Amino acid sequence: MDKVYSRSALLTDNVMHYCPGCSHGTIHKLVAEVIEEMGLQADTIGVSPVGCSVFAYNYIDIDWIQAAHGRACAVATAVKRLTPEKMVFTYQGDGDLSAIGTAETIHACNRGENIAVIYVNNAIYGMTGGQMAPTTLLGMKTATSPQGREAAIHGYPYKIAEMVSHLDGVCYVTRQSVQSPAAVRKAKKAIRQAFENSMAGRGLSFVEIVSSCNSGWKLSPVEANRWMEESMFPFYKLGDIKAGTPAAI
Amino acid sequence: MQEVKLIKGNEAVALGAIRSGCDGYFGYPITPQSEVLETLMELRPWETTGMVVLQAESEVASINMVYGGAACGKRVMTSSSSPGISLMAEGISYLAGAELPCLIVNVQRGGPGLGTIQPSQADYFQAVKGCGHGDYNMIVLAPASVQEMYDFVFDGFDLAFKYRVPVMMLSDGIIGQMMEKVVMSRSRARWTAEEIKQMSDSWATVGKPQTRARNICSSLELDSQIMEQRNLALQARYEEIKKNEVRFEEIEIDDAEYVIVAFGSSARIASEAVSLARAEGLKVGLLRPITLWPFPSARIAELAGQAKGFLVAELNAGQMVEDIRLAVDGRVPVIHFGRMGGMIYSPDEILKALKEQSNG
Repeated sequence: MDKVYSRSALLTDNVMHYCPGCSHGTIHKLVAEVIEEMGLQADTIGVSPVGCSVFAYNYIDIDWIQAAHGRACAVATAVKRLTPEKMVFTYQGDGDLSAIGTAETIHACNRGENIAVIYVNNAIYGMTGGQMAPTTLLGMKTATSPQGREAAIHGYPYKIAEMVSHLDGVCYVTRQSVQSPAAVRKAKKAIRQAFENSMAGRGLSFVEIVSSCNSGWKLSPVEANRWMEESMFPFYKLGDIKAGTPAAI
Repeated sequence: MQEVKLIKGNEAVALGAIRSGCDGYFGYPITPQSEVLETLMELRPWETTGMVVLQAESEVASINMVYGGAACGKRVMTSSSSPGISLMAEGISYLAGAELPCLIVNVQRGGPGLGTIQPSQADYFQAVKGCGHGDYNMIVLAPASVQEMYDFVFDGFDLAFKYRVPVMMLSDGIIGQMMEKVVMSRSRARWTAEEIKQMSDSWATVGKPQTRARNICSSLELDSQIMEQRNLALQARYEEIKKNEVRFEEIEIDDAEYVIVAFGSSARIASEAVSLARAEGLKVGLLRPITLWPFPSARIAELAGQAKGFLVAELNAGQMVEDIRLAVDGRVPVIHFGRMGGMIYSPDEILKALKEQSNG
């Protein structure tokens, strides 16, 4: 029988620390597959954040820099400018990228740094125990919004992908998910596009992946995916926000 | 024929960067050091040596860009002034924790808070006691001339890579802004990718070839037992630095009964105070620490056996004086003389303070 699929050689044998049902494992797999398929293992530098994916460097067999909380885009800026022939990407959660790292993110986007940003948005702080993020939906209960997020107290959830899409330095913005085989295929295509943009020097690519955090949301993995489809997707609408094909640039 | 230029201290840092083979400078404007970034942008070294120069959106971004560049095995640096260095403190701690080499220049101004744009030496504690969180040290070089602001860029990078630690050049608004002759004798090229690979293949993140394990630049270790080992390894390296890298200068010290200790711009003023004292027949000498960390504690302890007293002149409320008192260990009096908030003393005022001590 023909072998039609195998595990990426760039995924290490380390047992992932992520909760069962978490989206990070799937997204890591896609990142590893794309780097392998593009033949870029020796030419890729990843920047990991602070948050659940801080240990991304344990799972994908490439050179990694672990950045301070929120600063991944500044770190990646220097790496790409000093080694422009390399593929440079950041892998960040919503607390890291859209709260503490807002300034570094916006300005790397605005300068059009030739990096790819993988932005995993699960609307909560996972690693610190389920606190409210800037992306937490109104009404959503977290450890720091135990009665549910109220706009009058906490402000509103915001869509940083739409914000950065207005910046001239950004060539590609898309919002994807990984809760079904079809969604996984589309997310992989988006990651590939972003990585190709980095190599071609087309500007910054921003790939948001709306994800589940069943532990933080206090739901089973199946319930979490259902809740994500019913509650997250209407607010964080999937699809391309800014076209990134070479023809469009 | 040697090349001599009449330039400001801040311009000397910029020229020193280009000529010392620096790969990247990342900075943000703040008085009194903005000429560093301005000079680099004027000279456009990316067209000659290939050096990257970038104006960041903040000091926080600057130091994290330095972190990224350092992780790639490159010679990278930033410069700022006191409030900006406070913003960089987190990043400096990460650089120390991840064992990354870099150069940080602080052209000090008066504080606290927004303070003043006038010169000060009130960031001594911040520089030599760590700056950010956690147990770590930076090597701290204190230039007292424009020439040293040029030379210490070279020395700073050399020390940073010798020990894989962040190095700070602790200057101030006097040295940064004044003009002096600089002999531009030292010059070297940027490292090639091959040279970086040879030197830093065991740790630099330049892309993982099949021939080695992946490199990870990180300060994180959740296992306390391993984290303690990492701390012990850092401390062992700091002991090596203390053993090998102490630098200081002495003026009229051999027969000195009273020793003035001063660094940076204060040492220039204090050396004039020594001349005035000697003209009056007073046996006064000067010890100028060039490295503030590691500190010349052993030499000061030695001088405590010879001198009747120490006067520590520094443009702050009394910071380095604590390290002098530790070294002197109560054997002779140690007094502090300082000005704050951007005010500067004259040689006469230092001499007067010294006379009050010796008479008292």
